[in-house]
Amino acid sequence: MDTAEQAYDMTNIEKAETVPPRPDPGPEPAVVQFAPEAEPAEQEVAEERAEYDTIGDVTAKDAVMTVRDCNVFYGDNHALQHVNLDVGRNEVVALIGPSGCGKSTFIRCLNRMNDTIETARVTGEIRLHGDDINSRETDVVLLRARVGMVFQKPNPFPKSVYDNVAYGPKLHGLASNRTELDEIVERSLLRAGLWDEVKDRLDDPGTGLSGGQQQRLCIARTIAVDPEVILMDEPCSALDPIATAKIEDLIDELAQNYAIAIVTHSMQQAARVSQRTAYFHLGKLIEVDSTDKVFTNPGHRLTEDYVTGRFG
Amino acid sequence: MAATGPSSTETLERVRAGLAARYRRERRFRLFGAASAILGLLFVLMLFVSIFSNGYSAFWQTQVKLDIYFDPEVIDPGATGEPQVIGKANFDKVVRGALYDLFPDVSGRQERRDLKRLVSAGAGFELREQVLADPALVGQTRTLWLPADDEVDMLVKGYIDRDLPEASRRLKDRQIAWIDALAEKGLVERQFNAAFFTTGDSREPELAGIGGAIKGSFFMLVVTLILSFPLGVAAAVYLEEFAPKNRWVDLIEVNINNLAAVPSIVFGLLGLAVFINFFGLPRSAPVVGGLVLTLMTLPTVIIASRAAIKSVPPSVREAALGVGASAMQTVFHHVIPLAMPGMLTGAIIGMARALGESAPLLMIGMIAFIVEVPETPLDPATALPVQIYLWADSPERAFVERTSAAIIVLLAFLLVMNGLAIWMRKKFERRW
Ligand SMILES: Nc1ncnc2c1ncn2[C@@H]1O[C@H](COP(=O)(O)OP(=O)(O)OP(=O)(O)O)[C@@H](O)[C@H]1O
Ligand SMILES: [Mg+2]
Repeated sequence: MDTAEQAYDMTNIEKAETVPPRPDPGPEPAVVQFAPEAEPAEQEVAEERAEYDTIGDVTAKDAVMTVRDCNVFYGDNHALQHVNLDVGRNEVVALIGPSGCGKSTFIRCLNRMNDTIETARVTGEIRLHGDDINSRETDVVLLRARVGMVFQKPNPFPKSVYDNVAYGPKLHGLASNRTELDEIVERSLLRAGLWDEVKDRLDDPGTGLSGGQQQRLCIARTIAVDPEVILMDEPCSALDPIATAKIEDLIDELAQNYAIAIVTHSMQQAARVSQRTAYFHLGKLIEVDSTDKVFTNPGHRLTEDYVTGRFG
Repeated sequence: MAATGPSSTETLERVRAGLAARYRRERRFRLFGAASAILGLLFVLMLFVSIFSNGYSAFWQTQVKLDIYFDPEVIDPGATGEPQVIGKANFDKVVRGALYDLFPDVSGRQERRDLKRLVSAGAGFELREQVLADPALVGQTRTLWLPADDEVDMLVKGYIDRDLPEASRRLKDRQIAWIDALAEKGLVERQFNAAFFTTGDSREPELAGIGGAIKGSFFMLVVTLILSFPLGVAAAVYLEEFAPKNRWVDLIEVNINNLAAVPSIVFGLLGLAVFINFFGLPRSAPVVGGLVLTLMTLPTVIIASRAAIKSVPPSVREAALGVGASAMQTVFHHVIPLAMPGMLTGAIIGMARALGESAPLLMIGMIAFIVEVPETPLDPATALPVQIYLWADSPERAFVERTSAAIIVLLAFLLVMNGLAIWMRKKFERRW
């Protein structure tokens, strides 16, 4: 059981009503509104929607995934509310925010991992290269091959290092013979920066590696199927600073080829690896902007409180 | 934290005062626990000692060494060599002849009958089998060890009190004298009772064996395993991994748990009504027994398999789904292999329970007296526990030791099976 997940701050939900009214953002930060243009008759709806408006630019230059008006409900709990966000090619988007604000929920929407949760219901429009991933035609298996995921806790299969990496390519038939498979495994491990450490013990169980090595093994497993987007949910939360540094380097490198969304609790990490940062608060996406801007000149008081460490 | 300031020493005092009582309570509790464990062990020990002391002697059988002359006059007067003729011959007469030769001065009908009784009624059958296998024996003389009668066996094993008055013994004084005479010549010996493991039931204790019952139990367990393991695993996988969480599934769950607690005799009645009366399967057949035991073990297997599947960490499933495995691939590539040791352990424990079960088998006619060792699961048979029950009911002293011996064999099987389950759990235990 993931203890971090048990630590959801349920009290936050109650406090949702008492969130201080947002100060007038003024003309400076552009308010991007993706709801259909409000008609006079829909004035009331529009007013309600205004509360979910996100400060900053939610679009990306070369968007791979576009999320529009995404809502997630866990039973009656409206855990993610009207979120709009793009993930662009060759960029790293950092998702930050207090515990229980819906970062994992959001990231799990992107490869439909929420399907596995009985009570979860996802609405809204999530497109990968223009195809709605929630539509009936979308094959979830194919989607997950295109949108890979690295989890908070390293979770290698209890199999050999080799089999861990080879599993995805084998599933999808990416290698026609053993040599090709060997190549894919070696290339993936090399790119994950793990090859030198494990090349002599490919047949040892993956669970026998150190925590940092396991996490890099999981990254190798993810990139072995050559996805277009990589989702990372607090990939370094269980790692020491050295392993963390290695993974951050790796993320930098991966950003050359992939679109990456990473959830992190470390402001420094967000600042180091990401080009854009999205701040979530109580299920709402409060602010998205270039990482520089979010950390040096946030547009919203909540963001400012959080990045300056003033947040409870 | 203890309060600081002037009250802190007082707090410490109070804690210290309570501490002694606390430790005392702890010691007392530990003592109780140890005592219960020892008591339980003592009972097990008592069971084992009583069964072993009663039963071990059944693994040896008293044999009598006789010079058998395969008299052509008796066996095959016409020298036909036909198996039918040989099969009908009176081999008891051959055995008798050998005994009269040993004690030439025994005369009179009653005395001779008593003498004849020293050797098992099965000796004649044994000779017939030998001659049928090798007709060239006719006309020759062979020195053979033949099984003694069960009363002789009991006397040799020391279970019959020689000091009792003759009338309250089943062996007469002169029979005892003959046995002593034979023993003096080294013609009576206790030998390993291999026949006990290969023959079927018999009215004569010295001929009765557990071979038929073991084979019947084996057929039953095979049927049970073949049916209950795949069915149980499939049901568990469905319920754990695929079933929607709704009221129907809840109802199924509750019923499976209830089924595990249903008295086994009820399954026997069900088997009688459904498999025998409705489907017309043969009575007393191990197939039906296996089907009934499947009904009985299925809930156990399902519950154990579900527990095993539940213990597979969700992170493994997420990992597989995350690289694009379908739900079924996730289950077959990861969940089932990881849960397999637990599922097998559950199956073995279920099998062990099924092996020891007798009540439902009584309902489907597996309690019949069956001499033949079953050849197929459709032949009439008994099972090991039922055989024990049958023998425990028999008055002969020799069946007492056979009952215990059969229990020893049953216990040995159970021990092996449970040991296997423990070994597998240890061997495949995983840390994630
Ligand atoms: N499986 C679930 N079932 C029900 N509610 C859930 C589930 N997962 C998350 N939630 C709820 O959704 C909300 C957002 O959770 P989420 O896991 O997305 O938070 P998070 O931002 O990832 O937090 P953390 O930083 O602690 O990981 C929480 O209020 C939580 O209670
Ligand atoms: Mg999370």
